Amino acid sequence: MIPTGSQPSQAQAGSLAGVGPSTGSQPSQAQAGSLAGVGPSTGSQPSQAQAGSLAGVGPASATRITPGNALRPEDIALEVQRGEAKPSEDVGEYALRLGDDALILAQRLGHWISRAPELEEDVALGNIALDQLGHARSLLTYAGAAWGKTEDELAYFRREPEFRSAHLFEQPNGDFAVTIVRQFIVSYYQYELYRRLTASTDATVAAIAAKAVKEVDYHRDHSAQWVLRLALGTDESRSRLLAGLRLLWPYVGELFEDDALTARLGDAAVAPSSMRADFDRLTNEVLTEAEIDVPDVPSALGGGRRGQHSEHLGYILAEMQVLAREYPGASW
Amino acid sequence: MAQNLQAVGSVTPSQPQSQLDADAGQAYFDHVMAEDSRIEPRDWMPDAYRRTLVRQISQHAHSEIIGMQPEANWISRAPSLKRKAILMAKVQDEAGHGLYLYSAAETLGTSRDEMMGQLVAGKARYSSIFNYPTVTWADMGAIGWMVDGAAICNQVPLCRASYGPYGRAMVRVCKEESFHQRQGFEILLELANGNPAQKQMAQDAVNRWYAPSLMMFGPPDDDSPNSKQSMAWNIKRFSNDELRSRFVGMMAEQVRVLGLSLPDPEVRFNEDTKTWEHGPLDWEEFKQVLAGRGPCNAQRLERRRQAHDDGGWVREAATAYAAKMAAKNEAAA
Repeated sequence: MIPTGSQPSQAQAGSLAGVGPSTGSQPSQAQAGSLAGVGPSTGSQPSQAQAGSLAGVGPASATRITPGNALRPEDIALEVQRGEAKPSEDVGEYALRLGDDALILAQRLGHWISRAPELEEDVALGNIALDQLGHARSLLTYAGAAWGKTEDELAYFRREPEFRSAHLFEQPNGDFAVTIVRQFIVSYYQYELYRRLTASTDATVAAIAAKAVKEVDYHRDHSAQWVLRLALGTDESRSRLLAGLRLLWPYVGELFEDDALTARLGDAAVAPSSMRADFDRLTNEVLTEAEIDVPDVPSALGGGRRGQHSEHLGYILAEMQVLAREYPGASW
Repeated sequence: MAQNLQAVGSVTPSQPQSQLDADAGQAYFDHVMAEDSRIEPRDWMPDAYRRTLVRQISQHAHSEIIGMQPEANWISRAPSLKRKAILMAKVQDEAGHGLYLYSAAETLGTSRDEMMGQLVAGKARYSSIFNYPTVTWADMGAIGWMVDGAAICNQVPLCRASYGPYGRAMVRVCKEESFHQRQGFEILLELANGNPAQKQMAQDAVNRWYAPSLMMFGPPDDDSPNSKQSMAWNIKRFSNDELRSRFVGMMAEQVRVLGLSLPDPEVRFNEDTKTWEHGPLDWEEFKQVLAGRGPCNAQRLERRRQAHDDGGWVREAATAYAAKMAAKNEAAA
């Protein structure tokens, strides 16, 4: 069983003479970021390849899931610039939904870094946050091409009603159990979504999904393992997990609502309702093993896709956007 | 390396301590020191050497963990998504460094739980510099460039430390730190070439972090009681003042590329001694911060304590679950 979202690296364990407890290994994302001047290309990435490139000047591709051909936000921006990738407004709007979900979740998860229950979880939740942020950057870069905007213009200079995130992603971290439940729902939803989107008729959406699905698969593993640990661990952990499930399950429904946009997009997108059966079946398998029934709670009215948000989003944006808005037009 | 030295006397380093005659152990240890070779976890070592290493490595690990906080303070407000990603990754790297270092210290017989317990009880030290607040975005640049830069000067020689697991952990830590320093430099470079307010923000951060980063090398050589023994044990390779001088030289060269200045008119290269010199440092402030009276000492410790306490039920659950699974597997076997 892998305790964190990242894969353990044999090479690394070996470098410490195989001593002490195994530490969840972790790729140096900053390395990829600062070297190539790009954000992280992957989160759940083994550090084997990286170890080889640690001579100090390894190529940025050392931390990519598929070295050499993984898609980075900068690649998409370049394609957009060259006129090789141009989404329709509908595709742009769709990418905005997915990108906003990922961005808001990354913003939430980032808060755990330096506050997690164990160092391995600081690393794991940080990795997942980085993966989500990477997906957000790609999706927002592509979405922005529909209206001539950059990822940062979309992230930092839109107002609350212009965001398209679903309410689940906006929900507060709560305790560790609430965060794990949110991860559990999100990762099983996103896995079904990205898995199908690899066949999108929009080549860029398909390429982003192909990268994302591999990473989200690790997020599923991480969340499912924690659901089991918390459900079957102690009385306290079980009751906290059950409380988290009751708190967040009402927001599941919104993720699977079809609307006019998804209908118009056809095979470029995925009809949300078409994923529900697989989501239910797979989450049920984990919950059954955890000896838990699916919470019997009514679905909450959503509206995030139409710009109608939870009370939380305003605070998230106020914090996220404050510095960028203080110096509009500045380069960082 | 240790294997090559097995011919010394009748001592074999892999023998458990209990079977070793202390004199033979000392002879082997002295030989390793003389050869500038490496001590490994199962080798005999003097108690004081072990204690010194546990103290130094755990303090280093604590510094990584506490050091996450001042930078985590800006993750949510990073002014571009690229910067947010890089910063998140950097802080995550620091958690990883803490993990390697705690693991290295564990090979000396002190558990991570024990070390963490000392930290949250306020009984362990960590690098004083993390008790200063990060008040602007430019502090992310200054920390990367100056604080990580100073850490690199300190830590590169530690890659050759006589204790094997520590030296090997430092190899990886240093490689990542060098990327951290570059991203910090890049943040400052961008700000220094930005609008006047951004440039001012960068200069202000350099001004605030300059003296604390010089003091990261520890007290002047004539006031550093432990240095001599650490150097005899091949843990420490250069004196505090030597390393500090080297660091000042690096800063003095690089700050020109940034188009900023160091807040110390006395920085100069002494042609006679061939070393870099700097103005006087406020060691009284250093002692105050070390004694717990820095701007953020209480805040940093409280955050760590709270994370530890809040996570208690999670760790208990994981332990209970692991025990249940082990029992189940045993029953099935």
